[in-house]
Amino acid sequence: MSRLAEIERDALRARAADGEAGVLRFITAGSVDDGKSTLIGRLLHDTRQILADQLAAVSRASQKRGHDDVDLSLLTDGLEAEREQGITIDVAYRYFATARRKFIIADTPGHEQYTRNMVTGASTADAAVILADAEKGLLPQSRRHLCIASLLGIRHIVVAVNKMDRVAYAQSVFESIRADFSAFAQRLGLKNVQYVPVSALRGDMVVDRGDALGWHAGPTLLEILESIEPGRGDTSQPLRFPVQLVQRTGRGRAYLGRLQSGRVSAGDTVVAFPSGRRVRVSGVHVHAGELDEAQAGDSVALTLGEEIDLARGDLIAGVEDAPRLVQQFDATLVWLSAEPLVKGAGYLLKSGTRTVRARVSAFGEQIDVQTLEARPAAARIALNDILRVTITAQQPLALDAYRVNRAGGAFILIDEVSNQTVAGGMVA
Amino acid sequence: MSAATALAERPPTVAAQGLRSHLDWLEAEAIFILREVAGECENPALLFSGGKDSAVLLRLAEKAFRPARFPFPLLHIDTGHNFPEVITFRDQRAHELGERLIVRKVEDSIRRGTVRLRHPLQSRNTAQSVTLLEAVSEFAFDAAIGGARRDEEKARAKERVFSFRDQFGQWDPRNQRPELWDIYNPRIHAGEHVRVFPISNWTELDIWQYIAREHIELPSIYYAHDREVVSRGGMLHPVTELTPPRAGEAIETRRVRFRTVGDITCTCPVASNAANPAEILAETASATVSERGATRADDQTSDASMERRKREGYF
Repeated sequence: MSRLAEIERDALRARAADGEAGVLRFITAGSVDDGKSTLIGRLLHDTRQILADQLAAVSRASQKRGHDDVDLSLLTDGLEAEREQGITIDVAYRYFATARRKFIIADTPGHEQYTRNMVTGASTADAAVILADAEKGLLPQSRRHLCIASLLGIRHIVVAVNKMDRVAYAQSVFESIRADFSAFAQRLGLKNVQYVPVSALRGDMVVDRGDALGWHAGPTLLEILESIEPGRGDTSQPLRFPVQLVQRTGRGRAYLGRLQSGRVSAGDTVVAFPSGRRVRVSGVHVHAGELDEAQAGDSVALTLGEEIDLARGDLIAGVEDAPRLVQQFDATLVWLSAEPLVKGAGYLLKSGTRTVRARVSAFGEQIDVQTLEARPAAARIALNDILRVTITAQQPLALDAYRVNRAGGAFILIDEVSNQTVAGGMVA
Repeated sequence: MSAATALAERPPTVAAQGLRSHLDWLEAEAIFILREVAGECENPALLFSGGKDSAVLLRLAEKAFRPARFPFPLLHIDTGHNFPEVITFRDQRAHELGERLIVRKVEDSIRRGTVRLRHPLQSRNTAQSVTLLEAVSEFAFDAAIGGARRDEEKARAKERVFSFRDQFGQWDPRNQRPELWDIYNPRIHAGEHVRVFPISNWTELDIWQYIAREHIELPSIYYAHDREVVSRGGMLHPVTELTPPRAGEAIETRRVRFRTVGDITCTCPVASNAANPAEILAETASATVSERGATRADDQTSDASMERRKREGYF
């Protein structure tokens, strides 16, 4: 083992002793041409997630295609159809772990149905790694990636300027691309954007620093990903607890669910929606016993000080900054279906654990996915279109503005006839 | 020494105030998914094979629903090519939990003529799909909860958590429902069903860490034991009635364990001295060959063999 590797190992150990940082979910956005698959392959390979038989399979496939080197991008091309076409057609999930934390990558494709797939991957992501090609800089598709990341409220964005080996690792190229991205990100109001020059092909600044980018003093891509704090925002938000199930037990009724945001302890006063009743929490339970406190992300059972009428689909919320109880509201819709959106037609709307009938009662402006600028809506709303709408629901819903609370302001629309998920929605 | 080893060497942690480990996160997500199945589906079943992933599923179901009973029966599709220790474990576990266990046999599908084999000792992994679909239709199950993980195989990496199956039980990888946030869409028409994978986001390492942390019991053959094997094609093949040695092959007794426990005719053990979860974790973290690559003779046939089987309704 080299001296550098030893230092790295010791550093990893030291951090592991401090406590593990849980799970980070991130998306990778970019096209095949940006070297996205190679970058993911590089992350997996250099964090030693790739086992001998997997590497051997990739190496056989590389030879079959006439590559001299092992083509790391082949590690992540999942389905037969994709391998034939050499493109990624659907969101694929990859996993790797370091001593610091576990990572879940949503690998979103770059070509057809791009918006649909990136929105899907972005919806669960804490961070986005957006690839730029050092030879090409800020492209229309880069703008699209930043816009979708902004629209879906991803808190941490990392722009990885790839293929630095093709531009002789020139600092000026990196700086100029950074300036372009930065200007655009500012227009979108994106904060927390970090930049890192990399060569996925050669491995520089992805996991190992390499020696070609010595002028860059910042952290490697992996170090950035290891240092992002994912859940903080959710825990500091007010309590949102959609009731999944009601259970009758020896100690009365228990309400089962997972905290979308906030915290809850026994003794807290909460408010139940849609009834609006205030009630005291008498206990926070898990299988092993009682908890002092549950926080965003925990699956628990709550018992309440008095029996109130509360069922699946209802919401238990903090008294402060309670959600709005509404039947008509404005939202941004991302249309995900090949069938066009029909104004006035009935859809099922699911938000949290609540499903109600709803219709899109008015079309507002359409959003340009490359600028986030609004323009008049097209006559026909088709796959991948993003649109401001007014939604009218048959029953009241307790909702948050998506910008303030992601989980409390997210919903999907389901076509009742085909049962397809036709739209993702974000409450304005 | 890999980064993964460092993670594996860490002692299991109890969730302290404000601090959640990756296992806590995975557990909470899986419990949420199991409860969504219970809340949304009329008549689900949980597939329990006696293998380690489904043993983990049972523990998660206890955490999701106890003190109440599970809102679904357990279903085992029995290939008839079993390791006896696994069947004993299956029955014992169902008994301890006091939950209903339904067993449906590939043997019966063969008798009915819905499964046809080229030769009697052929692997029944593929044939399981037929028997599973027959059971889904017999009991009108609208959801089958399984312990598949996305890290197992490339074709699984794109599987949804709630994965739609048409009337023929087929998976259409090119036309999956978009799955946004944690808002799942389990809606189906009569005759269709969904497969639900609560541990989609777990890796083999996560599974073993959880088994260690939760002291989950497993069939004994997951741990090192002496077994008669023959070496063939770079793998150790168990010598059993169903898998006799071929002419000229020398039987040897080796210290081995199984990393997966599928159809006996195509599941191979690996040489190992690991006698408990902690020792397996150390081995897993430094493993050089993937779980399926090391142990499933049938996945070696083609890079795309899993995807083909899945399209045909395989789990």
